[in-house]
Amino acid sequence: MRTAAGTVLASYRDWLAGPRSPVLTRARRWPRQIRNRYRRSLQLRVTTATLVLSAVVVSVLGYLLLQHLVADIYANKRQNAQQIVSVGLNAADSKATFSQPPSAASGEDMYALAKQLQSAGATTYAVEVTLLPGYRGPVDQVFSGGDAAGFYLVDGSPPKLPVRLTSAVYDERAEHSQGPQRLAEEWTSMAVAPTGPHPVPGLLVGAPFGSVYELYYFFPLAAEQQTIASIQQNLLVAGIAVVFLLAAVAWLVTRWVIVPVRLAALGARRLSAGELDERMEVRGSDELAVLSTSFNEMAASLQEKLAELEDLSQVQRQFVSDVSHELRTPLTTIRIASDVLFGAKDEMDQAAARSAELLQSQLERFESLLTDLLEISRYDANAATLDAEPVDVCTIVLQSADVAQQLAERRGTKIEFRLPGEPCIAEVDRRRVERIVRNLLQNAVEHGENKDTVVTAAMDSAAVAVTVRDFGVGLHPGEEQLVFDRFWRADPARARTSGGTGLGLAIALEDARLHGGWLEAWGEPGRGSVFRLTLPRVVGGQLQGSPLPLSPGQAGLEAAELTAPPEPAPAEAAESVTADGAQAGDQAHPRPTVTEGAAVAEGAAITEGAALAEGAAASEVVARG
Amino acid sequence: MKGRVLVVDDDSALAEMLGIVLRGEGFEPTFVYDGDKALEVFRDSKPDLVLLDLMLPGVDGIDVCRQIRAESGVPIVMLTAKSDTVDVVLGLESGADDYIVKPFQSKVLIARVRARLRRTDDPAPETLTIGDVTIDVAGHSVTRAGEALNLTPLEFDLLVALARKPRQVFTREVLLEQVWGYRHAADTRLVNVHVQRLRAKIEKDPERPEIVVTVRGVGYKAGPG
Repeated sequence: MRTAAGTVLASYRDWLAGPRSPVLTRARRWPRQIRNRYRRSLQLRVTTATLVLSAVVVSVLGYLLLQHLVADIYANKRQNAQQIVSVGLNAADSKATFSQPPSAASGEDMYALAKQLQSAGATTYAVEVTLLPGYRGPVDQVFSGGDAAGFYLVDGSPPKLPVRLTSAVYDERAEHSQGPQRLAEEWTSMAVAPTGPHPVPGLLVGAPFGSVYELYYFFPLAAEQQTIASIQQNLLVAGIAVVFLLAAVAWLVTRWVIVPVRLAALGARRLSAGELDERMEVRGSDELAVLSTSFNEMAASLQEKLAELEDLSQVQRQFVSDVSHELRTPLTTIRIASDVLFGAKDEMDQAAARSAELLQSQLERFESLLTDLLEISRYDANAATLDAEPVDVCTIVLQSADVAQQLAERRGTKIEFRLPGEPCIAEVDRRRVERIVRNLLQNAVEHGENKDTVVTAAMDSAAVAVTVRDFGVGLHPGEEQLVFDRFWRADPARARTSGGTGLGLAIALEDARLHGGWLEAWGEPGRGSVFRLTLPRVVGGQLQGSPLPLSPGQAGLEAAELTAPPEPAPAEAAESVTADGAQAGDQAHPRPTVTEGAAVAEGAAITEGAALAEGAAASEVVARG
Repeated sequence: MKGRVLVVDDDSALAEMLGIVLRGEGFEPTFVYDGDKALEVFRDSKPDLVLLDLMLPGVDGIDVCRQIRAESGVPIVMLTAKSDTVDVVLGLESGADDYIVKPFQSKVLIARVRARLRRTDDPAPETLTIGDVTIDVAGHSVTRAGEALNLTPLEFDLLVALARKPRQVFTREVLLEQVWGYRHAADTRLVNVHVQRLRAKIEKDPERPEIVVTVRGVGYKAGPG
């Protein structure tokens, strides 16, 4: 059963586990934000340092100054007090009765003296005339200066004098019988009549006189204390003001320095982003002006160097273009001459006829090499342009297969197409995509070890992908990158049978990149290889992923190997478009129609579907023709 | 078949070689080695086809092409060493019907020349209409709202090919085969440029074509809808 307490507990747990309130989270982020800000801003650092250092300096100075002032005030007060007490002592000494031991009438005299001394000082001090402590005689110990203005506690009882002072006064009587040096002093705090009900700090001065008499003065320091408090307050305010003023000055000064530095940083950033015309304003002839001048000189020299490189590149481009033209014209003449010779080879003797044949075939090779070299140099010169239009990539794939089909036929193998039923429309450069597919297919057939090649295409909302799978020698680890290198060969000892130039994949990679697409390779020794082309469906689109997997999964791989023997079973023959079938694709029909074979194909695709599980579109196998 | 071919090329070796091949195929070649004299020789020799090298001393091949096109619809096939889109499109826009990129095989050259010279000699009287454009196939004339339009033979062939099957979409490949006589997939820029040229002549507003309509991702078709 769920009790109320349980509910409360649960909600508490929820609160613990649940997201904290935004305010809390924000609060927790503050320290980090401040730290980041501190680390990133020189101005903040300098200002903070100034603030802290000036605060320390100002406090030390203020403390010393205050000490000095207080000591001065106390010294003044003391001097003043000593004079008053001396005057009082003189008055007391002048009364002869006090030199006698106390009598019954002595109380009167003491009272009179206290009154007399007190009246001279009004409220600035309090006076007490007393007997030395512990004296027993005709007069009571009680004696003192006056009920109204005298040295009385507020409740009417005489104050308890500190023992240290009274004993010091006792000692003074023994050592000095005459003179003002008889004084004993004590800084203490008392609440006495002239100052009001609260205890105030003050200077208590005592001195012995006559036979057993003692005279005490209390000088309250209330006024001095007030003065000191006010000085303290002023010093504090002034100190804080100075500290903040210094910080503000530091802020301003660093700003003067930082702003040009920030401008320089901004300028450098713009410069590195390619805005070569960026320059800094030079003002005056200080260090910052030197910085600006150096920056501008750097930018100018950079611009100059870049312009130089640009010129070189332009020259290079022009050179390539000129070479192309200059080479091609005589090559055309040679080519046509060779055609004429080749056409007449039946009338020649055997050696001349064979020479004409060799001339013809090597000219073809020379031409394709020249074409590829020019294409690569066009990429190197950044002169390649994308001539994109919306086309059906699947149709291009079928159309680009001609050369590879012939090669495959010569080897007795087939190229199997697994293309989606609907058109794969994408904005691509038809010529370049054709070239990529042609290169991949030729490559696959050439390295396919006389096994079939599988071409798969698929599409999603953002991208269209084509994979070309062969079951040949495959690739060693690390070769997935190397295959795209110029003139790279897996095995240099292997003879090239189809006369490839060694530039095909390098050009294909550049073609894919020009589209903003990917061309990737996967391979394992003995298990064949996969080349995957992924292109964005619109020009300038960013690829997030590919509609087709690059590497066939483990299970998929085995299945594919089982279902792709050199002699396919009849059921598979229905679903797969063989070399002949694709070639029969009539160009007059823009879209191949879905035939009855599709139904069979779908049935077959269930057993074989694992091989292509990832590509939903790809598993929809449609017979074309 | 008529077979007078004017070869405009500054490279005498290539020109001679072209002459050998053309003569071997039964054509009558005439030669001019300089762009400045090209138009003059063209007027004198009245060729059935011009083979024009794009890079010439004196007047540039592009300009020669424009000059010839300004006064005649005779087929012009350009020979170019540059296959970059800019160069090709510039050449086609200046009025060339076709182009061959060097180096080429002699049989390719002959095939292209034949394709450009091959005309249905006496077509059946036939009148086609798309929108307000009327085509008299036998009379080789095109009129829009009674006003005669001056099309080159190639533009005429392109328009007739589209107009014979209105509302059917032709891919660029099919058009290349039917109009240019290409057996294999070739450069579809040819079609694009000539459709633009054709539209400039027959459409009221070439920016919003109504007669030759683009079907995105597939090709072209005649007529609206």
